[in-house]
Amino acid sequence: MIIPPLLPCLGARFLVTSLLFMTSAALIAEKRSGPWGPSITALALVLALPVLVVIGFLFVPAGEVWGHLAATVLRDYVTNSLGLMLGVTIGTLIGGVGTAWLVSMCRFPGRGLFEWALLLPMAMPAYIIAYTYTGLLDFPGPVQTLLRGWFGWGFGDYWFPEIRSLEGAAIMLSLVLYPYVYLLARAAFLSQSLCVLEVSRTLGNGPWRTFFTVALPLARPAIAAGLSLALMETLADYGTVQYFGVATFTTGIFRTWFGLNNPAAAAQLSALLLGFVFLLIAMERLSRRRARYHDTSQRHQTIRRLPLRGWGAALALVFCLIPVALGFLVPAGQLAVWALTVADTSFDAAFWNLVLHSLGLAAVAALLALALALVMGYGRRLLPTRMVNSAVRIAGMGYAVPGTVIAVGVIIPFAWIENSLDAWMRARFGLSTGLWLSGTLIALLFAYLVRFLAVSLQTVESGLGKIKPAMDESARSMGMRPGEVLRRVHMPMLRGSLLTALLLVFVDVLKELPATLILRPFNFNTLAVRVYELAADERLADAAPAALAIVLAGLLPVILLSRSITQSRHAQST
Amino acid sequence: MSPTHRSLIAASLAALSTLPLQALATEVNIYSARGEELIKPLLDRFTAETGVRVNLVTGKADALLQRLQSEGVNSPADLLITTDAGRLYRAKEAGVTQAVTSERLNAAIPAAYRDPDGHWVGLSLRARPILYVRDKVQPAELSSYEDLADPKWKGRICIRSSDNVYNQSLVASLIANQGAEATEAWAKGLVGNLARPPKGGDRDQILAAAAGQCDLAIANSYYFAGMLTSAETEQREAAGKLGLFWPNQEGRGTHVNISGAAMTISAHNKDEAVKLLEYLASDAAQTWYAETNGEFPVRPEVPVSATLAAWGEFKPDSLNLERLGELNGEAVRLMDRAGWK
Repeated sequence: MIIPPLLPCLGARFLVTSLLFMTSAALIAEKRSGPWGPSITALALVLALPVLVVIGFLFVPAGEVWGHLAATVLRDYVTNSLGLMLGVTIGTLIGGVGTAWLVSMCRFPGRGLFEWALLLPMAMPAYIIAYTYTGLLDFPGPVQTLLRGWFGWGFGDYWFPEIRSLEGAAIMLSLVLYPYVYLLARAAFLSQSLCVLEVSRTLGNGPWRTFFTVALPLARPAIAAGLSLALMETLADYGTVQYFGVATFTTGIFRTWFGLNNPAAAAQLSALLLGFVFLLIAMERLSRRRARYHDTSQRHQTIRRLPLRGWGAALALVFCLIPVALGFLVPAGQLAVWALTVADTSFDAAFWNLVLHSLGLAAVAALLALALALVMGYGRRLLPTRMVNSAVRIAGMGYAVPGTVIAVGVIIPFAWIENSLDAWMRARFGLSTGLWLSGTLIALLFAYLVRFLAVSLQTVESGLGKIKPAMDESARSMGMRPGEVLRRVHMPMLRGSLLTALLLVFVDVLKELPATLILRPFNFNTLAVRVYELAADERLADAAPAALAIVLAGLLPVILLSRSITQSRHAQST
Repeated sequence: MSPTHRSLIAASLAALSTLPLQALATEVNIYSARGEELIKPLLDRFTAETGVRVNLVTGKADALLQRLQSEGVNSPADLLITTDAGRLYRAKEAGVTQAVTSERLNAAIPAAYRDPDGHWVGLSLRARPILYVRDKVQPAELSSYEDLADPKWKGRICIRSSDNVYNQSLVASLIANQGAEATEAWAKGLVGNLARPPKGGDRDQILAAAAGQCDLAIANSYYFAGMLTSAETEQREAAGKLGLFWPNQEGRGTHVNISGAAMTISAHNKDEAVKLLEYLASDAAQTWYAETNGEFPVRPEVPVSATLAAWGEFKPDSLNLERLGELNGEAVRLMDRAGWK
């Protein structure tokens, strides 16, 4: 028995109840807001469906397996997940905020280059960087073999950091996730009104003090948004921790589901995982309390960057070089070396077909996610009721849920709806409607939206947050309807954020594996699927060309992204 | 012609009923846990020989099984292919498979590698032998899986995580043979003998052993074969330092698993699906498994490749593989308790 037959009924009941509850609440809200409230709530609800299905499993009895988990492995899951989150927090904050401050506020050799190069690791999927570093740094790898050769050491004669460990996983994830923090922090630093910083400087604060007392607190919402993206991705990571043998919540979910054959307990673990995310969000909200962070001045002049010389410049350069080198140059170099060894057989027509599929899916998903994020982000600004707030919040939670769990959350309700309809049509008209969503690209795109909406939503909302409400009020007082305000006032001001949202989702979908693997139609493969299949068979060299293609395809949007931020800054300052 | 167009096909079938049936394209739809590289070439040959088109989705067995279950009677899939017996058993238990009646399959495939009720058939064999570093271990020191818990191997064994189904199946086979209690004691002993916490895949264990981190590695035979014939020099050199030992030859035989296939309860293309299964059990296909992926043919009379033949004949465990599926959950709990990461 894999899914108790009881579950569809229970799940459906749970869904219908929450649906009724939320719509009725939305209808009450409608009196004040026109069509925005209910539409957003309904939309959020549809997107929350997979997560709700997972939560619905809480009502399915899981048997005595919890006793077993608590007695054996649960402690490891919790401590390792927390440890990983702590490590990634430290890593991404130092790497992301530090570099963002240096390239936006200081002048040193290579600054212009680093401005965009710091984004490069974003194109590198975490599981791929984990494979390459293991290949390089593990006991049998070239680095340790070389050391042994030089010094005549054998096994046990010397100490070398163990790459496949909790610390190693935290470093791998930090290396590819710090760009989220960097990106948002940099945008925040750049958009801070020069006046504020100048006032701080004229009050006698040095550059360091200005950074810690003015710039950093002002950039906090953006940094928090970036960090929460990084942490949610950390919680959802399966590939890296599984390969490194670190038992986290995510590996525990899979083990409980498939190894112990207990989907109810696995889904309950997923629900616990969501608890982590709630806690994260609540803590951030709580610490921010009622503070608001709008720009009050429209005077954005180009910042005069603090020139660094001598050791200062050298340190800044090294500080920026480390994440780029470790997060991109080294692993990409290793991939290129591997790819060369199999180049003669790899680049056939089928390969280009994969590239096409990956790019097409990523582009469509990114556009859809952007549209949804705009509607929902703006709707929440328009109507910050508790109902809309929580609906949007739940819809964005999919980011922290492992892709496989999301995919199952998509399969169950979709197939249930289709099969129910089919049964009804057969009984009523003797006509079979079959499956028209499951196994199509629509189901796959839906899963992408559920999984990655948080990315575009966070970006759009952090952009919207900087536009002071007075703008909305004056536009509305001039007779514009809400939709018009969004289109004619906000969207032009948000151009940078919109592009960021678009490109972030694009890169994320490009790298996405588990949902693609489960939901894709017949005879439809992507680059990530190809990498997985070969890597799962432990053929890393054969996997390298497709992995490299993912990285390269991700590069273009990353570079575009970086340019656009600089440009939007210039446009604003003139 | 995709499965979503089935109704269209049905309509055109009705319209074209005057034409001979063979002129129309027929198809089989497969959910496969075998990667594309390890199944597509065979499917292409099948299509070339029979004209039956094959549509393929690959993925992880558990997820495909979940998809199959949710889609229920309307699922487009005709066959489910997995790389272990445990999942086939699980599919049968979940009620998403049906019995296949084929004299040819029954005659070709030994009973141990078929479901007693005919719900699934094995298509290739995967053995899990002990690999030893030639400079450090004499084959005479080795005997059985049970012996790996002996303190003489302290700090000398490499094996991957208990998350992996191959280890779960191995432990399930031990439980079937000697009971849960003895197996738990064995697992604790084995964990105490590990050279390092379990990490990486099977090839990683072989690489670590070759580099000197441990003296024994437990890995599936086809990974070892893949490394011996690899295009990468490092892989070939590493594997070259190790020898292969078939454990438990005095007793029940070496633990084996299968990759196999089951027909789904929703199968719309039964005849074509059976035809494909028969093809996959044919001489040509069976030889291909050995030549391309270093797996053993499920039919003992089919010759193996030179790499595999060099390891000598071995006696496989004759335990009906259904037991591996039944005992999988118990095996995982036992490994949790033993502290096998």
